[in-house]
Amino acid sequence: MKVILRNPKREVAVTGTRRVKELLIELDILPGTVLVIRGDELLTSDAVVGNDDVLEVRPVMSGGSAGASA
Amino acid sequence: MKCRKCGGRASLELRRHNAAFCSAHFLEFFRKQVAEAIHKHRMFTRDETVLVAVSGGKDSLALWDVLIEDGYRTAGLYLDLGIFDYSRESREKCEAFAAARGQTLHVERVADAVGAPIPDVQKVTRRPTCSACGLSKRYLMNRTALERGYAVVATGHNLDDEAATLFGSVMHWQTDALPRQSPALAATHPKLVRRVKPLYRLSELETAAYAFLRRIDYIVEECPFAKGATSIAHKEVLNRLEETSPGAKHNFLFGFLDKARPAFERAEPVALQECTVCGQATTGTLCAFCKLADQVKQRISDAASTGRNTA
Repeated sequence: MKVILRNPKREVAVTGTRRVKELLIELDILPGTVLVIRGDELLTSDAVVGNDDVLEVRPVMSGGSAGASA
Repeated sequence: MKCRKCGGRASLELRRHNAAFCSAHFLEFFRKQVAEAIHKHRMFTRDETVLVAVSGGKDSLALWDVLIEDGYRTAGLYLDLGIFDYSRESREKCEAFAAARGQTLHVERVADAVGAPIPDVQKVTRRPTCSACGLSKRYLMNRTALERGYAVVATGHNLDDEAATLFGSVMHWQTDALPRQSPALAATHPKLVRRVKPLYRLSELETAAYAFLRRIDYIVEECPFAKGATSIAHKEVLNRLEETSPGAKHNFLFGFLDKARPAFERAEPVALQECTVCGQATTGTLCAFCKLADQVKQRISDAASTGRNTA
C-alpha cells in the first residue's frame, strides 16, 4: 500500500495486510495524533488495510503562538 | 468498530469517552459539545454578531463552520502575518471559505500595525517568533473588534491547546496566567471585547475529523515557525500521557477549571487604563504591543541609517 505522510509531505510503501493500529506502530506514530484517511472515509484503529490501499496519515497537531489557534 | 448510537461503521474512536461514532453521529456529537460550551459560559447570544478569528487551519475554520450551521451571525477576521507562502495559502483558504458561504471576512496585515511582517519582527527584536505573533494577534483581534463594533471574538482554541497552555503555566507556576485561562474572558474594560473559545471541550483530533467530514479545505501544513515551539513540546508530552491514560488531558483541564482556577483568582481585579499611544487597555502607561511596535520601527530605522552610513 501507499502511505502519504505530512510535515514534510512524503510517501512510503508498505506491503501486506494489517490493522491501522499496527501500521501506526510500525510508523512510530501515536494513534491519537493523526487522522487515517482512505479516499473520503476516516479509518478507525481496527480497520484492516492492504496492498491496494492508498492512505493519508494526516497529523492533527497545531501550535505555536497563543493568540489564535489554527 | 461500531457507532455507539446506530451500530453502523464507526469513523472515529473517542477513547476518552470510551465511544466510537459514525460520521453523522460524530458531527452531531461535535455540534452538541460546541452548543454546551456556548451555553455553559454564556459566550454569546443569537442577537450578537461573533467575530471569528480564522487562520486557515482546521480549528478556526471548523469553528466558523459550526457557528454558521447553527445559525449564528458571524464574520471572520484573518490576520496576515506575512509568513511567506504559508500566509498566502492560509489567506486563500479563508477567503475561499468565506466566499463559498457568503460571509464577511476582514483582513488585517500585521506588518501595517507593527511595522514589519512576523519573520522580520523576530529578526530585529530577537524575541521568540511565537511570542511576538501571539501578542500581535491578541492585540489586533481586540482592536479590530472594537473598531468594527463586534462585542465578542471567538477563537479556535481546542482542548489540546488549552491543556498545553495550562501545562506550561503550571510547569513555571505562572500564577498570574492561571486565572486568565478560561473558555470565556469577560470584557473587564470598555476597550476590551469578550473573548471566547467554543471548541475547548473538543480535542484536536475531533476538530480535524470535523473539518475533514465537512469537506473544509484547510491548510494542513504547519506554520514554519511552529517547529520546536514550546507549546508543541508540551502537546507531545500530553499526547504520550493520553495514549496510556485516555482522558488525561480532559481531566487535567476540566479539573483545573472546575476545582483549581477559583483559588488563583485575585480578590482585587487588575487595574486597567488606556495606553497613552493607542488607547487600548493596559496595566501600564504603554501597552505591550506599542512597546513591540516602537522597538521594531526603531531597529528598522537604525538598520537603515547604518546601511546608509556605511554605503
